[in-house]
Amino acid sequence: MAKYIARRVFYMFITLFLIATATFFLMKTLPGSPIASASKLTPDQLAVVEAKYGLNEPLPVQYGKYMLNLAQGDLGNSFQFKGASVTDLIINRLGPSFLLGAQGMILGVLIGIVLGMIAALRQNTIWDYGSTLIAIIGISIPSFVFATTLQYWFGVQLGWFPVALWKDGWMSSVLPSIALAMGPLAIASRFIRTEMIEVLSSDYITLARSKGASGFEVAFKHAFRNALIPLVTVLGPVAAGLLTGSLVIEQIFAIPGIGEQFVKAIMINDYSIIMGTTLFFSVFLIFIILVVDVLYGVIDPRIRLSGGNS
Amino acid sequence: MTQNLDKLPADSFKRITIDSSAAERISKPSLSFWQDAWLRIRKNKAAIVSIVILILIILMSFIGPMLSPHDAETQTLTHANLPPKVQGFENLGFWDGVGNMAGTDVDLYELKKVDTYYWFGTDGLGRDMFSRVWEGTQISLFIAFVAAIIDMVIGVLYGGISAYYGGRVDDIMQRIVEILYGIPNLVVVILMILVMDPGIMAIIIAITITGWIGMSRVVRGQVLKYKNQEFVLASRTLGASNNRIISKHLLPNILGIIIINTMFTIPGAIFFEAFLSFIGLGLQPPAASLGTLINDGYKLIKFQPHILMFPSIVLSLLMVAFNLLGDGLRDALDPKMKD
Amino acid sequence: MEKILEVKDLQLSFHTFAGEVKAIRGVNFDLQKGETLAIVGESGSGKSVTTKAIMRLLPESSSEFKSGQILFNGKDLTKLSDKEMQKIRGKDISMIFQDPMTSLNPTMTIGRQITEPLLKHQKVGKTEAKKIAIDLLRMVGMPKPELRIKQYPHQFSGGQRQRIVIAIALACNPQILIADEPTTALDVTIQAQILELMKDLQKKIDTSIIFITHDLGVVANVADRVAVMYGGRIVEMGTVDEIFYNPQHPYTWGLLSSMPSLDSADEKLYAIPGTPPDLLDPPKGDAFALRSDFALAIDLEQAPPVFQVSDTHYAATWLLHPDAPQVEPPAAIVERMKKFPGSRYYEGVAR
Repeated sequence: MAKYIARRVFYMFITLFLIATATFFLMKTLPGSPIASASKLTPDQLAVVEAKYGLNEPLPVQYGKYMLNLAQGDLGNSFQFKGASVTDLIINRLGPSFLLGAQGMILGVLIGIVLGMIAALRQNTIWDYGSTLIAIIGISIPSFVFATTLQYWFGVQLGWFPVALWKDGWMSSVLPSIALAMGPLAIASRFIRTEMIEVLSSDYITLARSKGASGFEVAFKHAFRNALIPLVTVLGPVAAGLLTGSLVIEQIFAIPGIGEQFVKAIMINDYSIIMGTTLFFSVFLIFIILVVDVLYGVIDPRIRLSGGNS
Repeated sequence: MTQNLDKLPADSFKRITIDSSAAERISKPSLSFWQDAWLRIRKNKAAIVSIVILILIILMSFIGPMLSPHDAETQTLTHANLPPKVQGFENLGFWDGVGNMAGTDVDLYELKKVDTYYWFGTDGLGRDMFSRVWEGTQISLFIAFVAAIIDMVIGVLYGGISAYYGGRVDDIMQRIVEILYGIPNLVVVILMILVMDPGIMAIIIAITITGWIGMSRVVRGQVLKYKNQEFVLASRTLGASNNRIISKHLLPNILGIIIINTMFTIPGAIFFEAFLSFIGLGLQPPAASLGTLINDGYKLIKFQPHILMFPSIVLSLLMVAFNLLGDGLRDALDPKMKD
Repeated sequence: MEKILEVKDLQLSFHTFAGEVKAIRGVNFDLQKGETLAIVGESGSGKSVTTKAIMRLLPESSSEFKSGQILFNGKDLTKLSDKEMQKIRGKDISMIFQDPMTSLNPTMTIGRQITEPLLKHQKVGKTEAKKIAIDLLRMVGMPKPELRIKQYPHQFSGGQRQRIVIAIALACNPQILIADEPTTALDVTIQAQILELMKDLQKKIDTSIIFITHDLGVVANVADRVAVMYGGRIVEMGTVDEIFYNPQHPYTWGLLSSMPSLDSADEKLYAIPGTPPDLLDPPKGDAFALRSDFALAIDLEQAPPVFQVSDTHYAATWLLHPDAPQVEPPAAIVERMKKFPGSRYYEGVAR
């Protein structure tokens, strides 16, 4: 197990190194100057500004400095926001993004598990079709379509929740969290349904029934745990989906989170924020996937022990 | 057993010879894999409805813009922001051109002295939404199909070569995939879009640059599974060439999975295109895709919900239909499910 | 002898997309206290389905009892509610399955899996149940049961897992143990160990066993009586000696002829031609007639009744009808019959 984790961490660093390098050189080839008011500056002033950001140094030197700073968690300074540290800009915006992500994830996965269980235990009934329909809608309808629909009906038309902005405390987080929850909900419910159906038809369930276990005991004591453990493996894709969703949903609901800042940075060509956020996203996702894989090994006795012994 | 054993005619007990090969005959008509799959698909109502919806949408994406008397690009500023109005619906209370103006419902067509019909209404520049939605659909579908085909070709080649040749080739190719797979899709797509000139090509490249990895992994797994099975080994023992083994034995067996996978990459590509366009990284005006139309509409959600509604509906229908069809195909082509 | 289980004219169908599959078409047999009854037959002959029907383990949505009774100590199991059936499963009747690799819950310690029926059916506390579980494991020959009870199934070999499954099945001293091909998935040497274990345990706890197999070698080893199933019916039933040395049904002839033996090394092994009948649309008369070298005209018209050969021996074939012609069984069968007193080929006794 330790060997496995070490190997995975090693790959994680290679991946991150490659992403950082690629990001850096891609940004250098970008058209246009990153300095917003470049056209208004005289060549002398421009040189001063460029010197300040280290843009006049040879590329390898810039690259070396950039990587060195990265290793210390310094993502550089924003070009647009008067030299504010990108690390700080990201940290300042973590709160709303984290709240929405966590709420969306928990809500989606929990409801998804319930729907998936119902569908599997009541296979080929109206319950099954209903929950499958919800799952298909959750997977198919893009989060921004779903979000704008929620916003229009529950915000604009019914007025139950704030239409947008982050001003009404927790109420502001309800609609965006629901919009974010649809993806995890769909993934979890389909996954649990398939797993449960497969588990319920396995030999050890027949054995459990032959011991005299009731339908309820079979479903929850024997089948549920076996169906639930592999759900951990889809949490990686779920997290990736949440990130993608957060970019548009924070935009739609005008939430001051990382995603909204990122999209804004793209609009105004603030390369250092783009680079920083990209790296932040990468670290986040790669880390989640690592955690998920390790977690899976820890909670599944089959993997836990075979990994530990050999 | 209560038969009367005495009343049986004497010749009942004549010995007969039955050609036992008659018992060998297979009682069901034999169906090829594809006939069998088609029969299964036909039983799946959701998949059939999806096929019909997809055919309709694809047809409309070509003939839709021609059906409308207005084209997609002409800006008629005096006709801006009109709600939908359809012939014959004037007196039914909807699709009648009545919109909300400063809190009261008025017939905007009358108000603006427009005596033509815009079936899906118009946008802020007075362009016909009907034509724009179908042209946008066409572009979205084009991007999705091209991206899916590229993903498929690269993925099948990469995964197939890696698995078929195995050994060191496989080792190196899989290390590369392992690293690429670790890079979040979203990050790659956004970076690629940023460095390329915006447009259809940029979007296709961005989607495919990591999109093929999933396919390659699936294909590799399948080829690894089949290449050491007895029927392939038998064929190899009989001196079959690599080409023959690949085309006669491996490809037919993994074709089903390739098709299923492609069916799921198409909605994925449609989504990514719309997503990129929505956050402003997609097509640039005046070109329109479903994503850019939704982005335009969303800005006017409070006042002109119809601009958002129509492209959203078409996009959602497309996504749902492709996913349902993919599900149906998976059920039909997965031999494990054979009953 | 005391009858513990009696299956009377059992008919059962599955509802599938293709139509109604008549999996069991009138099965009759009984089980005596303390005996081992082997049910043999090809795949699809209905032997597994019969036992799953006794346990009521078939999916209720797709299977249907068409007629007949399963009398267990006088109670008709086909009529019991789910609740009542749950009280019988694992306590009075329990089951061992074919593949020990998949029949244990991978995420539950074996201790919990063994104690489950104890906690359910017997008024014992957790510590008591654990003690019994350790005893059970020791009884099935598991070394260091105190330690192993905390382990998970994947930490055991196939043979060990089958021992665990047996321990689970025997936890409540059931009156009937159904073993559904319990040795098929195991290595030959392990097979012998498991069979020995089952025989030992049967003596210890005096349970009746229904042993399903397609391996006639195993049958000879364990069974007291044998029922031969074909096409959803029992075609012949008798004591082990009667079935092995005086078989009457052409299908039994075929089965026995296709069994390899040391003295048949130089002969060509016999294979029954054709495939088992399609039970979606079962043939009208004798289901085996199409594959039989001994078919009579009536076989295609009417299903044969059951003829009694001796007190314990029955067979459903028209060949036993008084009007039927005498047929010469295959040479290998005649060889066998020569060893059976009472058969018409018994050597030394003129017929």
